[in-house]
Amino acid sequence: MKKIYSIPLVRGLVWLVVGLVIGIAAVAGIRAALGLDATGRYLFTEHAWVFGGFVGTLAFIATHGVMGDWFKWWRGQDTPEHHEDPASWLKYLGPSLDHKVIGIQYTITAIILLVVGGTFALIFRTELSFEGQQFLNPDQYNTLMSLHGMLMIVSILLGIAGLMNYLVPLLIGAADMAFPRLNAFSFWIAVPAAVWLLLSMPLGGVETGWTGYPPLSANPAKIGQQMFFLGVFVAGWSSVLGALNLIATVARMRAKGMTAFRLPIFVWASIATSLIALTATQLIGLSFQMVMFQRLFGMGFFDPAKGGNPVLFQHLFWFYSHPAVYVFILPGLGVVSELLPPLIRKPLFGYKWVAMSSFGIALVGFLVWAHHMFTSGMNEYLRVPFMYSTLLVAVPTGVKFFSWVATIWKGKIPTPMPSAFLFTIGAIVVFLMGGLTGPPNATVSTDLHLHDTYWIVGHFHDTLFGGFVFPFFAALYYWFPKATGRRLDERLGRLHFWLMTPAFLVLSSGMMRIGLLGMRRRIFDYDPALGFENMHVTLTVAAFLIAFSIAIFIYNMIVSVKEGDPAPGNIWNSRSPEWQVPSPMPAHNYETPFEVVGEPYDYGLPGSKYVEFMKK
Amino acid sequence: MRHFVIVGILVVLAAVGAYAGLDASGLMPVAASAQAGSATTAGSIDWMWNLQVIAMSFLFALIVVPLVYALIVFRRKQGDTSDAEHITGNTPLEITWTLIPLVLVLAFAYLGAYSLREVRRADPQAMIVKVHAQQFAWSFEYPDYGGVISDKLYLPAGTQILLQMDSKDVIHSFWVPEFRVKQDVVPGRVTELRITPTLPGEYKVRCAELCGTSHYSMENGVVVTSEAEFIAWAQEQQNALASAQTPEGKGELLVKANGCLGCHSITATALPTAPTWFGLFGSSVTLEDGSTVTADEAFLKESIHDPLAKIVKGFAPIMPAYSNLTDEDIAAIIAYIESLK
Repeated sequence: MKKIYSIPLVRGLVWLVVGLVIGIAAVAGIRAALGLDATGRYLFTEHAWVFGGFVGTLAFIATHGVMGDWFKWWRGQDTPEHHEDPASWLKYLGPSLDHKVIGIQYTITAIILLVVGGTFALIFRTELSFEGQQFLNPDQYNTLMSLHGMLMIVSILLGIAGLMNYLVPLLIGAADMAFPRLNAFSFWIAVPAAVWLLLSMPLGGVETGWTGYPPLSANPAKIGQQMFFLGVFVAGWSSVLGALNLIATVARMRAKGMTAFRLPIFVWASIATSLIALTATQLIGLSFQMVMFQRLFGMGFFDPAKGGNPVLFQHLFWFYSHPAVYVFILPGLGVVSELLPPLIRKPLFGYKWVAMSSFGIALVGFLVWAHHMFTSGMNEYLRVPFMYSTLLVAVPTGVKFFSWVATIWKGKIPTPMPSAFLFTIGAIVVFLMGGLTGPPNATVSTDLHLHDTYWIVGHFHDTLFGGFVFPFFAALYYWFPKATGRRLDERLGRLHFWLMTPAFLVLSSGMMRIGLLGMRRRIFDYDPALGFENMHVTLTVAAFLIAFSIAIFIYNMIVSVKEGDPAPGNIWNSRSPEWQVPSPMPAHNYETPFEVVGEPYDYGLPGSKYVEFMKK
Repeated sequence: MRHFVIVGILVVLAAVGAYAGLDASGLMPVAASAQAGSATTAGSIDWMWNLQVIAMSFLFALIVVPLVYALIVFRRKQGDTSDAEHITGNTPLEITWTLIPLVLVLAFAYLGAYSLREVRRADPQAMIVKVHAQQFAWSFEYPDYGGVISDKLYLPAGTQILLQMDSKDVIHSFWVPEFRVKQDVVPGRVTELRITPTLPGEYKVRCAELCGTSHYSMENGVVVTSEAEFIAWAQEQQNALASAQTPEGKGELLVKANGCLGCHSITATALPTAPTWFGLFGSSVTLEDGSTVTADEAFLKESIHDPLAKIVKGFAPIMPAYSNLTDEDIAAIIAYIESLK
């Protein structure tokens, strides 16, 4: 028992529950003492649950051990700069300061949330297959659909944090991130966030979709809505602090000679993404916090009966949540640009242009939020400038596509294609589908038809699969050997790709097709007169095929960690520094520092080198 | 050079094929309003959409065809271990593929703005219909016809309609797919939408903004008729309003006007949101706390004025208070409920 309790994750979760109980008891006690109702629809009042969640978060983070060094410094004690991790896998459950361990913690958590969020989708997708009610009720449907959205978003945020944490220090030749303790904190704060998101289910659920628009989200009957807001609020900390850390790392810890235009392209994408996450995440935290306060303290920010304005929420919310989609996709597009050159042995076409296009997307992305609100009742004339700014995003995005095609043109296409390459190509095609189906939504007159339909759902699943899911898998197939010293099984990898890609294309195109014909998004059941049943059955089958292919991938990972083909060296014959040292990566990265002496992607230029290790 | 010629031809073929296929598959529902228009009426939504389908087909072919071609033609030969040609970029080409899309995008934005102007073109003679939205029903009020209220939206073809919309509770969104245009209905204010129905027929207004438990079923009928038929219908409704002498008859009109049937069923099967009214009067009702109460006049009256006072077991406390109803109105509604057996 004591042994299990000594695992930091278990200890933290035990104290999270204790904190929750203490918080609830405190509020219920004070309310009882004041002669107010101490109990509520879900045992206790909303105030008690929210305060309990707040105390539980603090209890988790204080007892888990991730703040151990800070507490010691506070008491005036010194601690060593580095902590050696235990050799067993238990290090992944504790407050490691090693960016590689934290990167893997992020990645595994992302995959776990991907599975949970995906399972939710399978459940409500099955309900939708046939007309009429099957086995869910509308409230359960709404809750699963809302949490599918938010869990997937958190999963993506953790997934990109995983890639950036693991890769960026290796790619720039740093021993670790700039602030290792803050790095561990950023990861572990996401754990209570996930707990609160899931706790919203037994507390009445969430009925608003992931967007949480008031006044619906201010409905006092659903305490789950508050736990949802609390979870997102806490997860936002992870994002902001992680982004801060990454920017500081790239700014201060690059290897000698690594000037701006010699940075690997993935690092460029990571900076662009981190700049958005650092400066915009506050807005979703703020908008959700305002609804929380409206519910808890009766502050009528968005309540028209008190002079509030529901449309204001949408502005605050989308000011983060639109740039957020660029947070999700820029690292993925960076992975595509990063993997193509070594795999086809040809330089990235127009490196500078590609690097700058990430920044173009990030900057313009801040000026487009109101395209989510063309039908919201905001000032009608404002729709026109937002249409222009949104369509402008197509220009830097187009640059990436043209560069990728030009890179592949006359490259040496590997035969047979490795899984990492298949997923890179899949990312390009799927993201192209997402990109091309975007402008009709950005154009006000056509958006009046498309807004809030299944077309939109298909469109953004295309962008997020093409911009995150496919590149994420490509990156895992490519860098898994770096992390473990073993390859993933290629046969299973190809099976994963050839199951998932056609199934996904059927899923997203089918969604778009019925969306155009009148299928609204976020509905529990559909009008039989529309004749959508066959398509919904097809979409459900496609969704299960995707889930099956991902199950194959997870099986592949679990088996290959121990039994995969050994891959100790530079298996991709890459110029990048992380492949010049043995795999798995040594604990403190590069034993001897390296100097950048050439361009990152000069494949095909005889005698050229990207990095040179200094003599001891 | 040979590669470029082949790819060029294939791009054109693929683009034409993609557009023809998409167009033939019938992407949009029937167009039933002037705003929806058609692919040939400049400025309409379907015209703008058609231009976009052309652009999407062309750009899809422009990227995918060379990509797939390269994957097939530039495969590594067996035994070849060399790297590819060292090509790092081409500045004029890169400038070209930045500037041409920029021009295209600005042109499409301009066309979009032009299309928006056409879609919003206002007729000062437009007929006003007031749209009231609430969880989970629509009701429609015709101020030009003595305030007739209907739970179906009857519209004359060929006349521009100005919808003035308000919401009792949360945000809803007015969308008839065949009319194309969509507008959110926001509590605390009136939002407007202009529609010119052109094609007589029966459609449905479907709430497009998630509004709670029964959002999925927040659909009311829309009937577009000729102008003469519309006027006949409106007069009939006006007469019915004036001649509704029995309390049940008045109650039925009030029930429709207040959207009660969005949640309450009048048949033996209840909707998921609220108890059915069928056989309700005089029956024994179990409340959330397990106690029972008889559904008599006092209970029903309290439930309309202060719906959260007693919650029936198995249902969420979501009903808004109807303080607008007078005692006489409520008596009529109760008489109507009593008649449902």
